[in-house]
Order: sequence, then C-alpha cells, then structure tokens
Amino acid sequence: MSEPVIHTDKLTKRFGDFVAVDALSLTISSGEIFGFLGANGAGKTTAIRMLTGLLAPTSGKATVAGFDLYTGAEGVKRNIGYMSQRFSLYDDLTVRENIRFFAGIYGLTDQAIKEKSRQLLETLKLVAVADTRLASLPLGWKQKLAFSVAILHEPKIVFLDEPTGGVDPVTRRRFWDMIYEASGRGLTIFVTTHYMDEAEYCNRLCIMVDGKVAVLDRPEAMKRHFGVESMNEVFIQLARPHRTE
Amino acid sequence: MRTIWFLVQKEFLQIFRNRGMLPIIIIMPFIQLVILSNAATFDVKQVPMHLQDRDRSALSAKLVERFTAADYFRLTGSSFSDRESIGELLGRKADLVLVIPHDFERDLTTTGHAKVQLMINAEDGFSAGVIQAYSSEIIGTFNREELKKSGVNATVQAPPEIGIISSGWYNPELEYTHYMVPGILVILITLIGLFLSGMNVVREREIGTIDQINVTPIKRYQFITGKLVPFWIIGVAEMSIGLLIARLIFNVPMLGSYWLIYLVSAIFMLVVLGMGLFISTITETQQQAMFVAWFFMVIFTLMSGLFTAIESMPRWAQTMTLLNPVRHFVDIMRRVMLKGSGVMEIREQLLWLVGYAVVMVTLAVNRYRKVAV
Repeated sequence: MSEPVIHTDKLTKRFGDFVAVDALSLTISSGEIFGFLGANGAGKTTAIRMLTGLLAPTSGKATVAGFDLYTGAEGVKRNIGYMSQRFSLYDDLTVRENIRFFAGIYGLTDQAIKEKSRQLLETLKLVAVADTRLASLPLGWKQKLAFSVAILHEPKIVFLDEPTGGVDPVTRRRFWDMIYEASGRGLTIFVTTHYMDEAEYCNRLCIMVDGKVAVLDRPEAMKRHFGVESMNEVFIQLARPHRTE
Repeated sequence: MRTIWFLVQKEFLQIFRNRGMLPIIIIMPFIQLVILSNAATFDVKQVPMHLQDRDRSALSAKLVERFTAADYFRLTGSSFSDRESIGELLGRKADLVLVIPHDFERDLTTTGHAKVQLMINAEDGFSAGVIQAYSSEIIGTFNREELKKSGVNATVQAPPEIGIISSGWYNPELEYTHYMVPGILVILITLIGLFLSGMNVVREREIGTIDQINVTPIKRYQFITGKLVPFWIIGVAEMSIGLLIARLIFNVPMLGSYWLIYLVSAIFMLVVLGMGLFISTITETQQQAMFVAWFFMVIFTLMSGLFTAIESMPRWAQTMTLLNPVRHFVDIMRRVMLKGSGVMEIREQLLWLVGYAVVMVTLAVNRYRKVAV
C-alpha cells in the first residue's frame, strides 16, 4: 500500500457528557475506498466533520493529506472535497452557476472553469438542464452533481457523508460507478453509509458502534470472521447487542 | 479578490432571483417612506371640541366663533352639563371641552375679568400641550381685542406686553415633512440593511450550504466582504431612490452636498451590515436572528430623535443615544439637507459612525467561525 493520506490518533469528540467519537485511530492509504459504517448516531457524521475541519476535535491528533488538522487547516481544505448528507449546493442557482461558483471559490482560472463546466455537463449528461435551477432537478441528479462539484478542484481525498440517501438502488449503483471511476484516477474516498450493499463496494470498512471502532477490515475478511454471507448480517451481529431502541 | 467577486455575483444572483425578496427590497421601503412621511406629523389640526356655553350671550358666541373659525378646532356638539361633557371626553368624541360660565359677558364688560374652563384630554401629553397653546392664543387675542373695544381699558391698566414675532430658520415654513423625510429615510435603509444581512448567513446555515463553503480554503475576511458588498450596494442604491423621492415628491431642500450624504451613507451601511452579519453569526435560526434584529431596530428607532426630541429625554437616556448609530445619521441627514452643514460641522457624529463601523465589521469577521466547537 502507498503512503497514508489520513491518519488519526485517538481522535475524540465530546458534547458535554456525551462522547460522540471515542478515541478514533485510523490509517487510510492513498487511492483507497474507505467505508465508514454505523447505525444512526454512531458518530459517523461527527468523525467526518472533524476530518474536514468543520468541527473542532476535543482531543487526539490527525493529519489529513499530509497536513495537521489543527495547524494546517488551510492546507487540509485545499486538498479535500466534501459532500454532506444534507444536499448543500445552492437550490436557487442553476447547474452551471453552481459549478462556476464553487470552481471560482477554489481559485480555478476562467479558462479552467469554462473547460471543467463543459466536461462536467457532458459526462453527467446535464447539458440540457445546464441553465435550470437545481431546485427542479431529481435528487439523484443533484447528488451526482454534488459529487462532481466536490472533486472539481482535484483534491486528494473526498469525504462523502451518506451521499446516496433517499434514492433508488439503480441510481445508487450509477453513483458508485462514478466513485470507482474517481478512485481509479487515484482519489482517496472516505464514505459513510448505512446501505449494506454499498458497504460491499468498499476496499476496507470500519464499523462504528457508539462512537467506537467495533471492527476494521476488508469486507470479505469480515464476512469470513463472522461466518456469514452478507455485510448485512455482519452489521446486525455487531450493532444489535449494543443498541436497544 | 477573485474569490470575493464570485461570492458577490452569487449573492446578487440569489437576491434578484428571489421573487418574494425583490418587492420587499425595492417597493416596500418607498411605500413606507411616502406614507410615513405624510402620516408621522405632530401638527394638531381639526381637534374635536365640545361646547358648554352656559352664558349664551353675544360675547360667548363670538368667542366660540374664534375657536371654530380657524382650522384647529371642529365643533362636534354642545351640552349644558359636566357629566355629558366628560362623557364626550371619555368617548373620545371630543379632545377639548370649552366651558363658558353663566356670567361671562357681564363679568367681562363690568370688571374686565372673566373665566372660562378648558378640559383637555391629556392622554397624549404632547397634543394636549399643543391644544392648550392654541386655546390660550385664541383666548388671548380675543381678550385683547375686546378690552380695546370696551371702555374697560380706562379703568383696568393693561400690563405692558412683550410681543414675540418668530421666524424659523432652516425650515422657514415649518414644513413637517422636511424634517421627517430625511429621518425616515435613515430608518428605512437601516431596516433593509439589518434584515438582509441578519438573515443571510444564518439562512445558509439553516439550509446547510454554509458547510460546503466552510470546507473550501476561503478566508474569513473574503467571506464577510463577499456578503457585505452586495447589501452595501443595495443600501446605497436605496438611499439614492429615497433622496430622489424626497426631492421630487416632498420637495425637501438639499442645502448641503450630496457627496457628503453619500460618504456618510457608505459608512453607515457598514455599521448596519456589520451588525446584521454579527447577528447572523451568533444565531442558529432565521427566527432567532429576526427577533434580535427587531430588538435593536425598535431601540434604534425610538432613541434616534426621529419622533421624540433627544433633548427632552432623561439625562441617562440622552447619554445612551450616543451609542445609537441611527441617531447620528438622522442628525447628520437633517443638518446637511436642511442647514447645509459641511463635513466640519458634523465631524463629531461622523467619528461616532466611523468608530462604530470598525467595531461592527471587526466583530462580524471575528465571530464568523469556519470551525464549529
């Protein structure tokens, strides 16, 4: 495996008495598709928000894309992309305007913006709706656009927080084609999900239970270890005893 | 610079695309300006008056005629009992009751002294004062003329009088709108500025788009500048339309320099927008931001000297108004427009505003956090 692009050491976040993420230690290599699984409230989003610099950790260390999370925040931000679980492009701007805006914020030149926009609209097959406001597009299209916008500035890592929530399996499958394609170009993918079919697509998985890492391995190894057929069963075995709802 | 430019473009796109927002920004303020400037007047006219004329003499009739002849009073009824008169006051059918006692004419012609009673509704102390002043004026004139005519003059020595002839400087016709329009204009741009900026960042937080901005390498000053510039342009544009209306519809004079007004507006907008963005960064929802903005708006308006003279406030309140940016701008607007004051005459107020602008923008930049705790 190549050099690590994310390394965390006992990264912890407390909200008052509640420990959302408890001493998370991870090492993720360049080009990996790293899946982050857990039930609702297991600490997935909190972890991702810390790693993207949106939330200050309570304690622990982390380096992202070679920059220290505390002292190198700007360096981290230049090298990461982020797609949040709440759809967070501008609904009242058109497809083209959204691309242009985020490309501009990341400092792309006019020439590059033009070129990227054209490319993107073509690959995403959004040329016909380029001047339509996002509000009137289907969620699946918006998610594909959000992913493309998140990697527009060619970051080293992209963080995807439940990127495919609320869409049908076919659309999800297409979304994962995009992820594979980006991964093939060397991009590191850090993705949270609670869809078990998606978990199978990852190179390595980390299952979180109550803020702690319950298990971290490759999907096949996990299934073998628990002696089951699918990730779904692995997840149920891990999550059930701990959570009483 | 480029980053700011992209932010500014984006804000303008969003503002002009929002169909609900445009009328609020453009049409509403000017309807308010036109209506408020005409309505917010302290002129007391056509006061409803009730009459209790127990004398029913030629002289009492003459006095009543004096009252009703002018535009100030309007006779709404008459009776002969106090109970009925007071009933009229209570029912707000009359704000003034004029009671002329039984021997009014006889007393006046024989002794030169007669009494009348004025009962004034003083719920609103200011209007009551004005009604009293008008009434005294009418009775005084009546008094002097009657005394002159009758022979009483010989027996009663009229005291020497100092006649006062007043002429109002800087607003010679005492046009109320000339005084109000510049002030109301200030309130309107404050309102627009404070609410547009106050709702803005918190709205992005509510819909989640702020996260997408915060994961970019954008700097705090870039973000705040990108938010300030569009609203600043809108504020200054509103000022221009307002000044045009003041000139064309209300005929408010402009004795000072437009450049000075624009300079002050530019600084004032920074104060208001800085404050709005600050509110936006310390609140969680648009609703909270709205309440905080209203809280300040009400205090700023009531303590601005727009409707009530600052000189008549208690000492501590007068000191507090120094912290009110709206007060300084209202003051500057009136002085520059009506008196033609120059930059040297308004320097003290201007310095307050500059200080305020620096503090507010600094606060906004510092309070905006890319990282949540």
